[in-house]
Amino acid sequence: MATATRSATKARSADDPAAMARDRGRREGRRPRLPAALAYAVLVIFAVIEMYPIFLMLANSLRSDLDILSNPLGLPTRPQWGNYAEIWERSNFPAYFMNSIYVTGVGLLVLLLISSMAAYYLARFDFGWNKPLLMVFLLGLTLPLKLAVVPLFMLMQSLDLLDTRNGLLLVLVAERLSFAIFVLYGFFITLPREVEEAAMVDGANAWQVYWRVAMPMMRPALATVAIVSIVSMWNEFFFPLVFIRSDELRTIPLGMLTIVGEFSTEWALLFAGLTLSSVPMIIAFVILARQFMEGLTEGIR
Amino acid sequence: MTLTRSGTPARRTSRRAGAGRRGRSRAVHLFVIPALLVYGLFVLYPVALTLFNSFFEFQGMQRGDWAGLGNFRALLTTAPLDERVANALGNNLQIFVFSFVLQCVVGFVIAALLYQFHRGREIFKAAYFLPRLLSLIVIGFLWQIIFSPNLGALNQFLEGVGLGGLAQNWLGSPSTALYTVIFVEGWYRLGFSILVFLAAMQAIPRQVFEAARLDGASGIRVLWHFMVPLTRPAWMILTVLTFISSFEMFDLVYAMQGVTGSPFYSSDTLALLFYRLAFGGEGGAAAIGLGSALALMLIVGMAVVSGLMVFFFTRKRVDL
Repeated sequence: MATATRSATKARSADDPAAMARDRGRREGRRPRLPAALAYAVLVIFAVIEMYPIFLMLANSLRSDLDILSNPLGLPTRPQWGNYAEIWERSNFPAYFMNSIYVTGVGLLVLLLISSMAAYYLARFDFGWNKPLLMVFLLGLTLPLKLAVVPLFMLMQSLDLLDTRNGLLLVLVAERLSFAIFVLYGFFITLPREVEEAAMVDGANAWQVYWRVAMPMMRPALATVAIVSIVSMWNEFFFPLVFIRSDELRTIPLGMLTIVGEFSTEWALLFAGLTLSSVPMIIAFVILARQFMEGLTEGIR
Repeated sequence: MTLTRSGTPARRTSRRAGAGRRGRSRAVHLFVIPALLVYGLFVLYPVALTLFNSFFEFQGMQRGDWAGLGNFRALLTTAPLDERVANALGNNLQIFVFSFVLQCVVGFVIAALLYQFHRGREIFKAAYFLPRLLSLIVIGFLWQIIFSPNLGALNQFLEGVGLGGLAQNWLGSPSTALYTVIFVEGWYRLGFSILVFLAAMQAIPRQVFEAARLDGASGIRVLWHFMVPLTRPAWMILTVLTFISSFEMFDLVYAMQGVTGSPFYSSDTLALLFYRLAFGGEGGAAAIGLGSALALMLIVGMAVVSGLMVFFFTRKRVDL
């Protein structure tokens, strides 16, 4: 009814204005439209702005201090690959690097495991509390955990988890749990139950169904969660800043504070350190550009 | 949720409930218990305690008497805290407004331009998006070097092209520091907005544009009358995300301007202020209570404003 009226109004009003628009269009048609070259130039300028600082970082990481200071905008004439080796040896960078890999890697595995188990439980069993429970988990999407850092700090203290990598990764997992369950549950309920039910009939228990049947089917959603979480865990700064004291337990973003403090006058090494800390993500992006862009934009909603 | 409900209730309940509820009922809960434990302990408990703490007096880490709204009053009316809060709030609002322009409006225009080209589109997308993958700390230091007054690339470039008069101490002067940081934040997030807008534009049925073109609508008119309303969901998501990231802004300012938002608090933010109350010694012995009060206001304020934004954007439907 409402739709009918609306389309009728549309049809009626379409008469005159459309004709007018066509008239005007004919007149405007002769005027040149925004030239494609100009549009293209704008796109290129923005691409240069977005890429130049990263290019500058890579270029300067291969130059010497003197070279950079005498000509800040220059290019490396004789690449100084030794810069990387030097920052790697003279700073705690190897430790930061291993810590970042450990926290991101183990954190990701724990996150994927417990969130997919919870999503499976919430989507596939019909206990009365499943719906309220899901709501409780989704509530976390709106809670900025960083603002609850004081009680979290005291809790970690009493659990003896302060200044440990495992404590840090648990908090990072907790912070991403709502998001992961949201994505995995949303994907799960669109999957047909038939395959799982057939496996049940064949005598598989719930764990086997989850691990052998449900998990493989969830792969696309798991990939989305993994990409979003890898990027955000690798770059996480606030929680390491609060929970990690020892320099040798720092992750890369926190370790950069130390490096910038120590090498503030040795620009080439500084650039080499910044480059080394970014290179894993840049390489991953070059290989998996489409997956990264789709995963990170799908992951928001 | 709907699917679970509507599926095929008869068959499902008979098999599922029979298998799940009786035979293995206990063990099956193990699926949700790890997540629930981590979530309850590390999310719900600290958040609830933060809200609770905001109504109590604190002596260092020790919770004292019920303070009612005392912490809120202290935060908003006693010097110098009230000035800090007002200053940081003002900065956060500016960050949001300018970030909206830099990320949403500019992002939309770039996406609309990119929409017209097929050649090289993937390369452009990748170029715009790459900064989003780097750590904000790395980005902060990188731009700090670019903006540095004497040997920074920007001032060198300006002098090189004869605009030396514009060269200045970008991060060291109170009149430019905040805007410089906002620019870098926009630089970091622009690619993300472009991708979201572009995906939304690609989802618009082609006939819309063909019809518009047949009617002779100009490029700008198509943009304003079709592209903008038809990408409304993208505008909503990006506005809310920009708002949240503006009000949570911490890493980048910390890296570029330090924990007090130098110079002279000119780039201070509420998140930095909260951090200083919680761990930085600002606010004295009662700081935990004050910090919790600030956290409560931020949590509630951000939820309310985000909710209002969603309401505003979904109130008007767009019909095709």
